[in-house]
Amino acid sequence: MEIVVCVKQVPDTTEVKIDPVTNTLVREGVPSIVNPFDKYALEMALQLRDKHGGKVTVISMGPPQAVAALRECIAMGADEAVLLSDRAFAGSDTLATSYTLSQAVRKMGNVDLVICGKQAIDGDTAQVGPEMAEHLGIGQLTYVSTIEFDGEKLIAHREQDEGYDVIEAKAPLVVTIIKLAMDPRLPTVKGTAKAYRMEVPVWTAADIAIDPKLAGLEGSPTLVKRIFTPERRGKGEIIQGDSKEAVDALVDKLRQAKIL
Amino acid sequence: MSVKILSEKCIGCQTCIDSCPYGAIVMKDDKAVLTEACTFCGACESSCPASAIVVEREKTEEAQDISAYKGVWVFIEHRDGRIRNVSLELVGEGRKLAQELGEELSAVLIGDNVAEMSKELFASGADNVYLVEGSAFHNYSTDAYSIAFTYLIRKYLPSVILLGATNDGRDLGPRVSARLKTGLTADCTNLSIDPETRLVAWTRPAFGGNIMATIFCPDNRPQMGTVRPKVFKKPVPDYNRTGKIIREELAINEKDIRTKLIDVVKVCTFSCNLEDAEIIVSGGRGLGKPEGFRMVEELAQVLKGTVGSSRAAVDAGWMPYPHQVGQTGKTVAPKIYIACGISGAIQHLAGMQTSDVIIAINKDPDAPIFKVATYGIVGDVYEVVPALTAKFREILQ
Repeated sequence: MEIVVCVKQVPDTTEVKIDPVTNTLVREGVPSIVNPFDKYALEMALQLRDKHGGKVTVISMGPPQAVAALRECIAMGADEAVLLSDRAFAGSDTLATSYTLSQAVRKMGNVDLVICGKQAIDGDTAQVGPEMAEHLGIGQLTYVSTIEFDGEKLIAHREQDEGYDVIEAKAPLVVTIIKLAMDPRLPTVKGTAKAYRMEVPVWTAADIAIDPKLAGLEGSPTLVKRIFTPERRGKGEIIQGDSKEAVDALVDKLRQAKIL
Repeated sequence: MSVKILSEKCIGCQTCIDSCPYGAIVMKDDKAVLTEACTFCGACESSCPASAIVVEREKTEEAQDISAYKGVWVFIEHRDGRIRNVSLELVGEGRKLAQELGEELSAVLIGDNVAEMSKELFASGADNVYLVEGSAFHNYSTDAYSIAFTYLIRKYLPSVILLGATNDGRDLGPRVSARLKTGLTADCTNLSIDPETRLVAWTRPAFGGNIMATIFCPDNRPQMGTVRPKVFKKPVPDYNRTGKIIREELAINEKDIRTKLIDVVKVCTFSCNLEDAEIIVSGGRGLGKPEGFRMVEELAQVLKGTVGSSRAAVDAGWMPYPHQVGQTGKTVAPKIYIACGISGAIQHLAGMQTSDVIIAINKDPDAPIFKVATYGIVGDVYEVVPALTAKFREILQ
């Protein structure tokens, strides 16, 4: 099975702090990590490869330093990696990003599955996967937690509000992955050595036949007009007293505030 | 396309530095300058009080004729013969946008034997219902629904499309927007019409809710967005209102449907439709044992609410994953969120901090959950929660 996993290097949003004076995002010293959902996507790909054979290639679109995210994936067990990096990709929204990633998948040819995390934790859009499927003209399965492959068709569990749908489909497909039942595997010693030695190829716009009208800022229909920090919640109130007293006081307050 | 900072106009106030989502503006000799990290997003332009930032946008020669696009559309999601709440919330909000634009509001109803639902849509504020029926649409499938939806959009040219930010809405939205090569803004929490441009201003959280961004789709139509459930109120239906049904017959070729629904499995012991819940009672590791969730469920039942869980309790196997609230689970914003024995890791807070009222019960007075709580009780969950259940049972009877 030929599998491509799309990963994004993101700032660790759990490390993001708000400057209490200016009320703005403090970016300094925020570490870059592999998007957590993409690690689940990679884990899923590695399991399918380990069971059914084939190859897992990780790709990422980003600045040169995003190569660190790809090396981490190699250390976890991915076979190959490609970085898509070009100033022409700057300013891409999800439509332009998905176009660029899908051009890279086209160049590879013969890909059975493209697996993405359901969303990146910085943008939280969950749009790049389905948009890639459309650009590639293949089917999609989103919010997937398990995949079984019987040599011909795939059976997947797709998350719904109260459980999951069981869906049958055939490759080629784009699949987006939610949190799996198991944690993504850790880097191995062998993998880390390989990641360290490996020269990760960098593909530019010219390498993947990018139409400049469809990529980067020009290929992006959406425009960020304004960024602002949401209003912080006011400081809450700790209700004193033993359990009974505190519960009575709480209910009084909820009534006064007309919440009940 | 380019962004320039005119150094002769720059007054060195540093306002633009905070406006940049990419940290790409630095000060050099008391003037702002752009670094390599600039993605030309243009977010800095409006922040500059001295108009020293110039964003030049090139117009594409073959720009879309956007004047032909009129009207606000809402995609209607339904399950088991009932319209989902988020769709009705969006009909209510879409009504406001349509009014402000002086255009019509239409609902898009795709399904098998669903015409009856039109009444509810007219009563909630729709002027028109675009109806596509057939057995191919019995269950949601990306392919059948995107074919029908795209067909309607290409034929009738709406200007604005709203979808619920549910799993199905976020599956269909990007598929359709990519086919139409237009912009889609994900998971919005506020919508308005920009008075100057008459564009929809789509506002959404990013960076785990740490920042908000307002997005425009200036040159492409339709302008599309998915909107988070529970952000807007469901309109009060007026069953005297009527409207026009526009029925389209559409044959779906079976080979175009690439995925097949085989089974629907419900795994929740207690309803876990968290996105639609008005009240959520959540439990965490502080419960100490899986049986603790019985007590949480009891409180939820008394309040007619739904049960949530922290990641720790899901990982421990105490609750199934569909109940998980937080960064790797669901994002919720109920009227009341009650956290029982949840310490409040930032990943959990990211999923619930926009709730109207947060009540936290935890034995550790330093637990981070108290920083976002509207009301906090420091104490043993096994004493406080049953006392709360008894009290609510008493007053709600």
